[in-house]
Amino acid sequence: MEMLVPILAAAVRSGTPILYATLGEILTERSGILNLGLEGLMLVGAFTGFSVASGTGNAWLGIAAAFLSGCLLALVHAFLCITGRANQVVSGLALTMFGTGLSSLLGRGFIGETILGIGGMTIPLLSEIPVLGPTFFDQDPLVYLSYGLAVFLTWFLWSTRAGLALRAVGDAPRVVDAMGLSSTRLRYLYTVIGGGIVAVGGAYMSVVYTKMWGDLMTAGRGWIAVALVIFAIWHPLRAVGGAYLFGGVGALQLRIQAAGTSIPAPLLLMLPYVFTIFVLFVISVRKGKGILLGAPASLGQPYHREERD
Amino acid sequence: MAAEIPPLVFMRGITKRFLGVKANDAIDFDVRPGEVHTLLGENGAGKSTLMNVLCGLYKPDGGEIEIEGELRRFRTPRDAIAAGIGMVHQHFMLVPAQTVWENMVLGLDALPQVLPRKDIVRRIEEISERYALRVDPLAPVWQLSIGEQQRVAILKALYRQARILVLDEPTAVLIPQEIQSLFATIRQMRGEGHGIVFISHKLDEVLAVSDRISILRKGKKIGTFAAVGVTKEKLAEMMVGRQVFFNGAPPTTERGPVFLAVRDLVVRGERGNIAVQGVSLELRQKEIFGLAGVAGNGQLELCEAMVGLRGSESGDVLVQGREMGNASPRAFLDRGVAYIPEDRKGTGLVPSMNIRENVVLRKYWKKPFARGRWFIDWEVAAGHTGRLVERFGVITPGLGIPIRALSGGNLQKLMLARELSDNPKAIIAVQPTWGLDVGATEYVRERLLEQRDRGAAVFLVSEDLEELLALSDRLAVIHQGRIMGITKNPRALSEEDLGLLMAGTSLEDVLRGREERGDAPLPGPLRDPGTFFAGDGAAQKKAFRAEGGEGRTPWA
Repeated sequence: MEMLVPILAAAVRSGTPILYATLGEILTERSGILNLGLEGLMLVGAFTGFSVASGTGNAWLGIAAAFLSGCLLALVHAFLCITGRANQVVSGLALTMFGTGLSSLLGRGFIGETILGIGGMTIPLLSEIPVLGPTFFDQDPLVYLSYGLAVFLTWFLWSTRAGLALRAVGDAPRVVDAMGLSSTRLRYLYTVIGGGIVAVGGAYMSVVYTKMWGDLMTAGRGWIAVALVIFAIWHPLRAVGGAYLFGGVGALQLRIQAAGTSIPAPLLLMLPYVFTIFVLFVISVRKGKGILLGAPASLGQPYHREERD
Repeated sequence: MAAEIPPLVFMRGITKRFLGVKANDAIDFDVRPGEVHTLLGENGAGKSTLMNVLCGLYKPDGGEIEIEGELRRFRTPRDAIAAGIGMVHQHFMLVPAQTVWENMVLGLDALPQVLPRKDIVRRIEEISERYALRVDPLAPVWQLSIGEQQRVAILKALYRQARILVLDEPTAVLIPQEIQSLFATIRQMRGEGHGIVFISHKLDEVLAVSDRISILRKGKKIGTFAAVGVTKEKLAEMMVGRQVFFNGAPPTTERGPVFLAVRDLVVRGERGNIAVQGVSLELRQKEIFGLAGVAGNGQLELCEAMVGLRGSESGDVLVQGREMGNASPRAFLDRGVAYIPEDRKGTGLVPSMNIRENVVLRKYWKKPFARGRWFIDWEVAAGHTGRLVERFGVITPGLGIPIRALSGGNLQKLMLARELSDNPKAIIAVQPTWGLDVGATEYVRERLLEQRDRGAAVFLVSEDLEELLALSDRLAVIHQGRIMGITKNPRALSEEDLGLLMAGTSLEDVLRGREERGDAPLPGPLRDPGTFFAGDGAAQKKAFRAEGGEGRTPWA
């Protein structure tokens, strides 16, 4: 058991950027907008977070700047998809390519630099619980913030008036309009905020996890998050479990490499991605039970109020 | 004329254009407190457009709206709701994934940010008690029957304290019993001083429930009349613009041999559920076999299995006695089975392709359309299409235009042209007159009768009981994937009896109910157990087991 604790703790830490990205995308997709630009948003977030933290010496300012950069980029997506009624898949892919290129270009000067970033913060008492304590409560503030965010989003979605409207707009935008709310405004709002949260996931990589900037450092985590949203059936709490599961596969893979095995390293590196494909496969085979009910019914479909159907 | 109460709503000179077409042309319309004012008109006459203007969904291009004598402008539905207008849309405007209480409060400002669930549920229970609109506030909407969903939609308007209720074609999806209880609710609301706008094109209903009737035709108002003293014939003439005859078709005199048969068929639906639970029936040549049922009770799955579009779990489809297994749609086509699907622009035709292409889609691999192994002879195709378009009276600017530009009636004519031109031996038609105007409906019905008289076996699935009773030589009722009964003499049954069967009441109970009410015993052939029988027990038992059911089957 003692041996397991470092792996579990590492699973939580490496699962955290994925968790932020998944939570952000759940928020966006719940409003009916599909944003496949997660990878780009995370990279831009990682770069913005790192450069601001490095420039100002304040890591928290870096996180805040990353959030705003994500909002800004997601606003582009929102404009194209909601106002312009563009194809959401294409727009999302464009966003990924744009974010990847932009962060690479601007980040060249920061390679090799390191920052202090945000350090650990042990929570007294809670961290002394055997196994669970060191796994969940001997982490850093952003990990704790992600717990809070997942719980908050769950409460928000199912207990508040605004959450009700958010779930409704993803399922039936026409109904929301008929009830006197603005589908357009709601979709803009949650696409933008969701994008910000995704970018914080990227910033966690550079400001907290590695404390340095590396080209393409998110390495496909954005895509894993896209799959995780489906895995979580658009539920924030299930996303927590999913993110740590994927984080765990990544952490385990590192341990196996470190322990020295005859399995070639590239094969081990593939593990999280193979696992993603496996999960999507299992979900699509089991499709029809809970999945269809969880998915926002109008996800990915452009909508205009005065269009006759 | 002193102190006259102003009408609840006064719409004056409303005009609304879509892409240059006037959907509403300077229409005046008013509703007084305590009256039911009906908007009557064919599909596309502009009824829904006018009401969407009233509830703030569409911005009118001209005209003004007064609420209780006060000029109002509705920029969004929010303004209209605040002015006391409650719209019950034809498609209900409910969020299927959410519960009844959640749907009830969506968009309500008067509530605290954290929703007080208990209070909301209590309030819903109060209102539903008062108007006898029974629903479970905690049930998710997608689990409710269509009738229940409609009750939720009406409750929603009442929950918002609407004074003017707009009911857009509320009876289109209901069985006769549900229509009666809807009318009771409408009368109660009227008694309490609500103004009710009732939209329909079913004349009997309109005459039964209205105080005044306004008729729309092609976007213009023809006139407003008191319901007392107008006749059905007169209304129909004003609605359509010409005389209309209400006559059922004479039943067939001789039935041919069995052409297509279904044995103990079990078919899964889209969600993996068992949609068809052991159905057996036989289609004979020279007859129209009607299938009645509320939408979503397995009709679609049954039809798709009957033309090879959907595989079956067990049981079989036989064409001329030959088991088809899970043969391809083309195998069915080659044996003379034609299909007129419910969604013309999805399963039936390809919207972005032109008329020629759509017509050859079902036979391009055969002579004379195929040229060699790889090519299509478009000249032959064009000639053939031209002849069909003429024969079936499809109105189109040209054969090369994408069919999405055609109207619903012309699309259906094109469907018929393609499916019927080869003289099929069996025709599976699902809701063939759905959404069509009176003229096109008449046309489609005539073509189906013509095909029957020519010798085809016609399977007609419809939700329109009037249509089924007028056309069918035999009629079956389906409920939750099971055949509730089949009758050789549909015209002897009342719409109420059919309604009970459609709602899942067993045939025995319906017959017992008739006896208890002292209704005339069903005439001749209906008494014969061989002609009106409940669905096959053995097959139902099998389906029950397949679903994981244990112990005694509930209907055995």
